[in-house]
Amino acid sequence: MLKVQNLTCARGGVPVLSNVSFAVESGKALILRGPNGVGKTTLLRTLAGLQPAIGGEVTFPEDEGAYASHADGIKTALTVTENLKFWADVHGGPLPDGILETFDLADLRDRLGGTLSAGQKRRLGLARLGVIGRKVLFLDEPTVSLDGFSVKRFSDWLQDIHLSAGGVAVIATHIDMGLAAPELDLTPFKAADDTTGGSDEAFL
Amino acid sequence: MIALLLRDLRLAVRAGGGFGLGLAFFLIVVVLVPFGVGPETNLLSRIAPGILWVASLLAALLSLDRIFALDYEDGSLALLATSPLPLEGAAMIKALAHWITTGLPLTLAAPALGFLLSLAPEAYAYLLISLLIGTPALSMIGTFGAALTVGLRRGGLLLSLLVLPLYVPTLIFGAEAVRRGADGLDPMGALMLMAGITAGSFGLLPFATAAVLRINLR
Repeated sequence: MLKVQNLTCARGGVPVLSNVSFAVESGKALILRGPNGVGKTTLLRTLAGLQPAIGGEVTFPEDEGAYASHADGIKTALTVTENLKFWADVHGGPLPDGILETFDLADLRDRLGGTLSAGQKRRLGLARLGVIGRKVLFLDEPTVSLDGFSVKRFSDWLQDIHLSAGGVAVIATHIDMGLAAPELDLTPFKAADDTTGGSDEAFL
Repeated sequence: MIALLLRDLRLAVRAGGGFGLGLAFFLIVVVLVPFGVGPETNLLSRIAPGILWVASLLAALLSLDRIFALDYEDGSLALLATSPLPLEGAAMIKALAHWITTGLPLTLAAPALGFLLSLAPEAYAYLLISLLIGTPALSMIGTFGAALTVGLRRGGLLLSLLVLPLYVPTLIFGAEAVRRGADGLDPMGALMLMAGITAGSFGLLPFATAAVLRINLR
């Protein structure tokens, strides 16, 4: 469902990863590994279409990609339900039944986004993924500030609801989420430092 | 699209949304002018159209930097960019929400403030019409400026410097329409030109805004 061929991506004009190739079948997940700064976020943003690739190709069904980053996009002046309802409306779908329970937000439904703790915000940010109904998820460290119980809940959702319905997920994480998924270490794809693709030399 | 409009309006009226700030600023500037120039009714009524237009320009400017900055900071701009909503549409909706929370209240309050400046009675209708036609352009041009400076620290001042020159045509035709109305001349020419500017900016600037946002989100 998701196919990446010879992808080269850059951060701030400097190539960080080159010739990344992988494919993820429908219903499967892929976990990205690598030390800080290797380019996991850059790769995910490129895959999600937020920044252009320097080279290579990314193919997945149109309008099926969704990106979740460190920032959850939560409005502090809106309640939990209003936040989720907004994303459901933007994506043109109803609020799925039981979504608040799935992400353990039922007791918080009328709390303002600004009064949530870091972990609760994260759960709300992840609940958005359950609301928008997109098949290809690009998740950048989804478990940051979650406790062990919530991590388990999230990976259960990913496994039982998202992946088993034919979805795909590419996840950058440093912890063991308990998902049965292949891992891809990005270290070998690190772009060589002398690559001049990002400099202005060609124009001079 | 409606969802985005409703969300922005709701955020504006909730605590910390800044609804009414522009209006209060408008009120204070217009009230300050008579203190500055003295209580000469003739002079005040001559400069009233210009003062009202300049003040509404500045009031509209006040809340521009919030249009995209908050969404950029909390990450929802990136999420919107990957949502099915076209970024061009989002830009236009943002401008519309800004107009409803700023331009529309200014327009409705202006006649009352015109009274403070002893505006000629014939000019009230044209003041209302010119602001009604002109302030949407201020919001749309400002949205474009906000997109240009999104993500910059202290982008607000730069935003004012970028946007104010672009407001000049609207200001000229807007104040001219009111002045002509006050003098009993035909203001249609100025009103038509201003309507043209508004229509043109709504036709073109959403695309420019979306393009700039895509670059700033990289």
